[in-house]
Amino acid sequence: MATQAAEKPAQPANPGAGPSAANARAEASPDAVVVRFAGDSGDGMQLTGGQFTLSTALAGNDLATFPDFPAEIRAPQGTLFGVSAFQINFGSRQISTAGDAPDVLVAMNPAALKVNLEALKPGGLVIIDTGEFTKRNLDKAKYTSNPLEDGSLARWDVLAFDISALTIQAVKPFGLGNKDALRSKNMWTLGLALWMFDRDRQPIVDWLNAKFRKKPEIAAANIAALDAGHAYGETAELSGPLRKTFLPPAVQEPGLYRTVTGAEAISLGLVAGAQLAELPMFFGGYPITPASAILHHLARLKEFGVTTFQAEDEIAAICAAIGAAYAGQLGVTSSSGPGIALKGEAMGLAIMVELPLVIVNSQRGGPSTGLPTKTEQSDLYQAVYGRNGDAPMPVVAARSPGDAFDCAIEACRLATRYMTPVMLLTDGYIANAAEPWKVPDPEDYAPFPARFLEAPNAGDQLLPYKRNADGARPWIKPGTPGLMHRIGGIEKHVETGNIDYSPANHQLMTDARQSKISGVEIPLQEVAVGEQTGELAVVGWGSTYGPIRQAVRRWREKGRAVSHIHVRHIWPLPANLGELLAGFDNVLVPEMNTGQFKTVLRDQLLVDAQSLTKTSGQPFQIAELETAIGKYFDGIEGNEGGEVPPNSQQLPGREQGHDDGTQPDAPFHGAGSALPGEANPNKAVNQ
Amino acid sequence: MNEMTPPNAATATTLKDWETDQEVRWCPGCGDYAILKAVQRTLPQLRADPANTVFVSGIGCSSRFPYYIESYGFHTIHGRAPAFATGIKLANPELDVWMVTGDGDGLSIGGNHLMHILRRNVNLQILLFNNEIYGLTKGQYSPTSRVGTTTPSTPLGSVDAPANPCAFALGAGARFVARGFDVSKNLPDVLVAAHAHQGAAFIEIFQNCVVYNKDVFEAFASPKGAEDRQLWLTHGEPMLFGSEKSCGIKGLRLDPESFSLKVVEVPPSDSGADWQAAGVLVHNARNRTLAHMLVEMPFGAFPMALGVIYDHPAATFEAGIIAERAKASEGKDSSLARLLAKGQTWTVSGTAADPI
Ligand SMILES: Cc1ncc(C[n+]2csc(CCOP(=O)(O)OP(=O)(O)O)c2C)c(N)n1
Ligand code: SF4
Ligand SMILES: [Mg+2]
Repeated sequence: MATQAAEKPAQPANPGAGPSAANARAEASPDAVVVRFAGDSGDGMQLTGGQFTLSTALAGNDLATFPDFPAEIRAPQGTLFGVSAFQINFGSRQISTAGDAPDVLVAMNPAALKVNLEALKPGGLVIIDTGEFTKRNLDKAKYTSNPLEDGSLARWDVLAFDISALTIQAVKPFGLGNKDALRSKNMWTLGLALWMFDRDRQPIVDWLNAKFRKKPEIAAANIAALDAGHAYGETAELSGPLRKTFLPPAVQEPGLYRTVTGAEAISLGLVAGAQLAELPMFFGGYPITPASAILHHLARLKEFGVTTFQAEDEIAAICAAIGAAYAGQLGVTSSSGPGIALKGEAMGLAIMVELPLVIVNSQRGGPSTGLPTKTEQSDLYQAVYGRNGDAPMPVVAARSPGDAFDCAIEACRLATRYMTPVMLLTDGYIANAAEPWKVPDPEDYAPFPARFLEAPNAGDQLLPYKRNADGARPWIKPGTPGLMHRIGGIEKHVETGNIDYSPANHQLMTDARQSKISGVEIPLQEVAVGEQTGELAVVGWGSTYGPIRQAVRRWREKGRAVSHIHVRHIWPLPANLGELLAGFDNVLVPEMNTGQFKTVLRDQLLVDAQSLTKTSGQPFQIAELETAIGKYFDGIEGNEGGEVPPNSQQLPGREQGHDDGTQPDAPFHGAGSALPGEANPNKAVNQ
Repeated sequence: MNEMTPPNAATATTLKDWETDQEVRWCPGCGDYAILKAVQRTLPQLRADPANTVFVSGIGCSSRFPYYIESYGFHTIHGRAPAFATGIKLANPELDVWMVTGDGDGLSIGGNHLMHILRRNVNLQILLFNNEIYGLTKGQYSPTSRVGTTTPSTPLGSVDAPANPCAFALGAGARFVARGFDVSKNLPDVLVAAHAHQGAAFIEIFQNCVVYNKDVFEAFASPKGAEDRQLWLTHGEPMLFGSEKSCGIKGLRLDPESFSLKVVEVPPSDSGADWQAAGVLVHNARNRTLAHMLVEMPFGAFPMALGVIYDHPAATFEAGIIAERAKASEGKDSSLARLLAKGQTWTVSGTAADPI
């Protein structure tokens, strides 16, 4: 959610007609502001954003972030596709998305300006480093004339000055060469941003001192740059459009808070889940964006009984995790779509031998390598249906970074209780984004200690496939005296587990596996926002939670009976979901795919669900959802649902990630959307 | 092998104790039966404990093996047994793990995993049953089939060069490489040596697929003339083969000029010292270069090198992981509550404005 101005119904057809952000800024104190830092990949914008996020959190504002970086590891300097950006939405009220259009844009070079300017709210503030506006850089950004001089910035408030020169001047006493001095530019900019929002510099100073402990002169230079940027704010205020804005702290539930990204929260949730199950954890992974972050986090948590194993490929990663589960540990594996595809056969084996396993899929755009650094929700079919044979498995989806913690615990609980693999879906957006998180107390979670069979379970006889009331077979650790037995992927006898592919037995076993999963005990579906019945239910899953929630709220304020239903348990579906949806005249399912959950709902519940899809690698904007909901109330028949076009206000910007600028005019691009980009030299790609 | 298993009364077993009640489903006459018996005969000798023993396999005729051994067993998926075995050993290094694979399972679909389990030096025994054919899928040629092998998928004979399993293992960094064959009476000794080795112990076992690739190893495996065609290696002993009754005693010598092995005649004598005069090499199982030469010897001109070719232990993967975890945990706080509250935090205090 963005600013006060954006809280009002958006008028997406013509952004120019929307309420001016300048007005919003002129108001004494907006209750939320969206800032976007954009620069060259080498400018340290993610770091600036991260530290600004920290200072925002410490100031008590609620926030949501959206980091966006190119797939190339070192994109050529100054190019359009090498632009890296970080957006933060923060305020004195609850924030649930990274914001629609920014109020403030910081553009560190011409390419960053070109890529992001269109997104800036009319009347918004753009801060520009003129030191980078050389002919060469303008050419690289495909500017035919200098935007600082040709009047093309007239719609916005512009604060343009030579940040590069000011930084060099500020760090001069530390004897750095110009090239090194310019590396502190991001700290200079951060100092200015801290001034603008009346923030304490001390936490950043502490962080710099800690980060450059071994190089005190670098720490000192960065601190000097930070201070200089801050001091500049005072001067600029007198002469330009810059104003100090203070956003009082958001009202939040009392308690201890920190910021957390989805990847961190999943790692912590897995550790917590293993502890609640009273098991050591074995994590098998193979590097892939954006899932690697989980492997990196867990590799540092060995003191929690965690073994991490970087396997030779995704297949080995899951197979080793199944091996560890067989030997009595909590097996976990994690990847992104392409890697999850490779794990498919092994998932089938885990289902067949009925061993607990947690599979985390940090979804990204596909198919194939697709959009390795961008988000999508397009692996839902893969999660629910994507295996050979009748191979059902519970699927749980996280809605936000903080929620990923609870979902990870839930996945561990289901896996151990039902002796089954469980798929936990998250996505690139959740994995990378940060939000304030009320630190949970582990004591608040009910433990679910794993039990191992220690003695024969049928008189003197061992029946490895004899099920309990949950339909789960016993977990038997090799090493247990007297319980030797054999398991494998061949169909096995319903009780003894010995090879048995007789027709009746396969029927029994197929049914047993199926009914175990369909009988998994999950909470009944609740309504996130609104009533139990009404004109429209907007049904979401995963990371669309934030924008759907806000869009539904806006329509409720306008008096419409719209409800938000957010589904965490994708498979099996909550038992009351069908009945609940039947109480609404219409069902709209927004998804960042071509309608996968909609299909599952139609199939499972025979409900006439309509699809709203977006597959541009950008999350839904609140305004887009608001417009889509409005289609149900505009009196026009048949215009509901459909496809949301790529959004030039959002990250990633439309010029980012182009290969050669010859992107064809796809129908949804509209006129003139194929802008020339940069030829992509063969660079390492973050795949 | 598992050094932590104490030999005690409970581990005194007989061959019978290692037989399951499952009907063995290999074709009559298949070499797999002999290997099964050799393993079942060896396990009591090792004082192995069935409860602590795990057989892990991939897919293939050979990979049915675990169903027939009365221990823990996991018949997994095609080619991936090394990854399962690695997970099992990392989760519980005290288990005594035997991995069973075939030439197709281990060298085509699972070649990557086999390479990595050897390179990592996971402490277990790997038995690769090489029948130079895909048995279970009814006789297609395999990565070890000789050029010209005629099968349903190569009706005109295969054209691609075969892989050499022992050379592959050495190349992957294996610290124990041995060879045997199904019906050989020496196979249990090779299994014992593999079990004694700390680390990944790789054994290529030539196995007769009587249905799809009958008797392809006959040239050296047949009892008739065996002594002339089999070179059984023993560390510290001269590399001699043949007999006075047959083609005479022969040995292997290193030709320094060509830096290659040569077969030399050892004249008969009473003193027994003549092999030295003939320049016959003494087998050194710790010499990696020699191991490479032995596994690469073309059969025919040379005998088939059998027994323990290379045995030179190095640190195991599990030991490394355990040490790393201990080091990483040293003096570290393992309170989950404190982990969750790590980093820069802030407190929102309860005020009148608290929302419900
Ligand atoms: C993923 C997969 N691909 C193919 C198969 C079919 N398949 C089963 S066994 C086998 C080859 C086995 O050859 P080998 O490892 O030499 O074993 P053998 O039967 O000769 O002992 C193949 C291709 C399979 N089970 N799984
Ligand atoms: S097909 Fe060959 S390898 Fe398989 S059981 Fe029959 S004889 Fe043995
Ligand atoms: Mg074979």
